[in-house]
Amino acid sequence: MLYKIAGQFKTTYRADQALYPIREDAWLLGVILVLAWIVFPLTASEFAFQTLLIPVLIYSLAALGLNILTGYAGQLSLGTGAFMGVGAYACYKMVTIFPEMNLIAALLLSGVFSAMVGVVFGLPSLRIKGFYLAIATLAAQFFLIWLFEKWAWLYNYNASGAIQVPNIDLFGVAAAGPLASSVTQYYVILAMVTVITMVVINITRGNQGRIWKATRDMDIAAELIGINLMRSKLMAFAVSSYIVGVAGAMFVFLWRGAAEPNLFDIELSFRVLFIAIIGGLGSILGNYLGAILIVALPVVLNIVPEWLGLDIKSATLEHLNIMIVGTLIVGFLILEPHGLAQLWRLAREKLILWPFPHEGRQ
Amino acid sequence: MLDGAETYITEDGRTIGGTVMEMRNITLRFGGVTAISDISFDIREGEIRAIIGPNGAGKSSMLNIISGFYTPQEGEVWYRGSKRPQMKPYEIARQGVARTFQNIALFEGMTVLDNVMTGRLTHMHASILSQAIWRGKAEREEIENREKVEEIIDFLEIQSIRKTPVGRLPYGLKKRVELARALAAEPSLLLLDEPMAGMNVEEKEDMSRFILDVNDEFGTTIALIEHDMGVVMDLSDRVVVMDYGRKIGDGTPDEVRSNQDVIDAYLGVSHD
Repeated sequence: MLYKIAGQFKTTYRADQALYPIREDAWLLGVILVLAWIVFPLTASEFAFQTLLIPVLIYSLAALGLNILTGYAGQLSLGTGAFMGVGAYACYKMVTIFPEMNLIAALLLSGVFSAMVGVVFGLPSLRIKGFYLAIATLAAQFFLIWLFEKWAWLYNYNASGAIQVPNIDLFGVAAAGPLASSVTQYYVILAMVTVITMVVINITRGNQGRIWKATRDMDIAAELIGINLMRSKLMAFAVSSYIVGVAGAMFVFLWRGAAEPNLFDIELSFRVLFIAIIGGLGSILGNYLGAILIVALPVVLNIVPEWLGLDIKSATLEHLNIMIVGTLIVGFLILEPHGLAQLWRLAREKLILWPFPHEGRQ
Repeated sequence: MLDGAETYITEDGRTIGGTVMEMRNITLRFGGVTAISDISFDIREGEIRAIIGPNGAGKSSMLNIISGFYTPQEGEVWYRGSKRPQMKPYEIARQGVARTFQNIALFEGMTVLDNVMTGRLTHMHASILSQAIWRGKAEREEIENREKVEEIIDFLEIQSIRKTPVGRLPYGLKKRVELARALAAEPSLLLLDEPMAGMNVEEKEDMSRFILDVNDEFGTTIALIEHDMGVVMDLSDRVVVMDYGRKIGDGTPDEVRSNQDVIDAYLGVSHD
């Protein structure tokens, strides 16, 4: 009823391969885009921008990058935080060396550096898989954090050892640094996330996506049907680290405003991994659902007791948050390994059939 | 062994051409175990070539050598008139050798359509940037190859399951999807590793029909391993018989059937 596939005939393969073969999906996406581009920025408070909207987008993008590697190509990585750091430090060096550089160009280029670093640390994946590969990427995590601390050139010999985002204008408007307004930053992030998501959707639904999924599902068969596994895996590391790096650069430049090396430590890697797992490995939508859940949960936990008039210490709330996230992860791994995205997929299948269970399915 | 590379026409009117692939004195060892010792045979253009033998005879190892998964310690593989150098399996696949597997090796997380589309990837060359914007070459390739894939889906009669995830399919259909994936590559040599293992009579008949049709309509050269003697004798033009890693017979089904060594290997020898 809500979703109706009856009467939506496809007469060309082009139409059948379209992004949204069902009209209702396109409408739903349209509503979400209107909300994200118009309604939220017009109505959100400063608090909502800084604690909900901006972090959700940035974490979604980081999880999207990780999901390419882990969900699509099947290569487990625990180095996401460090690769985000590479993007952030690369961006910092670029804007301080070339102050005239366009912010968008700097953000996009910083991904190139993290992509190169990602490929180097992806080399072990040619020989090892699964948990052993996770340990190898863990080495990247610790090595890079150490590098961020010890290599003073990276933070311009700053006495504090931290990087401080300077004021940067974008088309005459302050977009990064202390002078930038949240709404400007939100729009820059949203534009980047929208475009990168489109690109990722295209890559994952086409030939490269099939190559990655084949590598993930059965690597021996993949090689015997003509897939160069080395190329497939390194491509996954490159594209994944690129997106993670861009997310890292935006994380610092358009949200935090400053960063110390330990901002990118293993905790950040795990947070992004949890978002990808709870959202759904091997799905695009899942990253957004996962990020909304992980980012919004502590905010909701802070607000709800206030509404109810309960007096709970903030330390307790923090522990409560950790416990709930932990329970969710264990729960999802056991009950629904494909995450929130799979829940939506099932709901959609039900909606297509409802209320006539014999109409057909797609 | 049959004489040289002269073209001849079979009783049912198919043309068998020259040698496509030739195995010369292949020996394969795993540590101290000799899986294959000094085997030579050829596969000719357009024929259905069977490799049979009892369990552990080295048939699958032989197929793995042809598709490049194993490298023999001794011997040479000649493909289309030249000695094949040491190659990675994916490079051999790109030369036009496709295969199916004894234990189904489909990509379980993907739909039937996507699985068959992976068979076309050696024919798709759009750059990742073109794929990223889904315009130009990438989109064109996607549609052209989809048309090819749909022909194969029609041919193997799996239209109704094209958007079903492979993990949900029953065994017999999975075997057919795997054949579809191999056919989608438009191989010049198709290797089938026990295409009828674990099937009932009806499914075996279907699969036999598909194998004959593939050979007949596309002219694909097929090398297959099979245990069902009736099927092998009916389908194949020539048969190689292996036992304990050695070749004990080679020839037409009739010749092989009357070969004393083959009878001994299959029925056992009385020690009197």
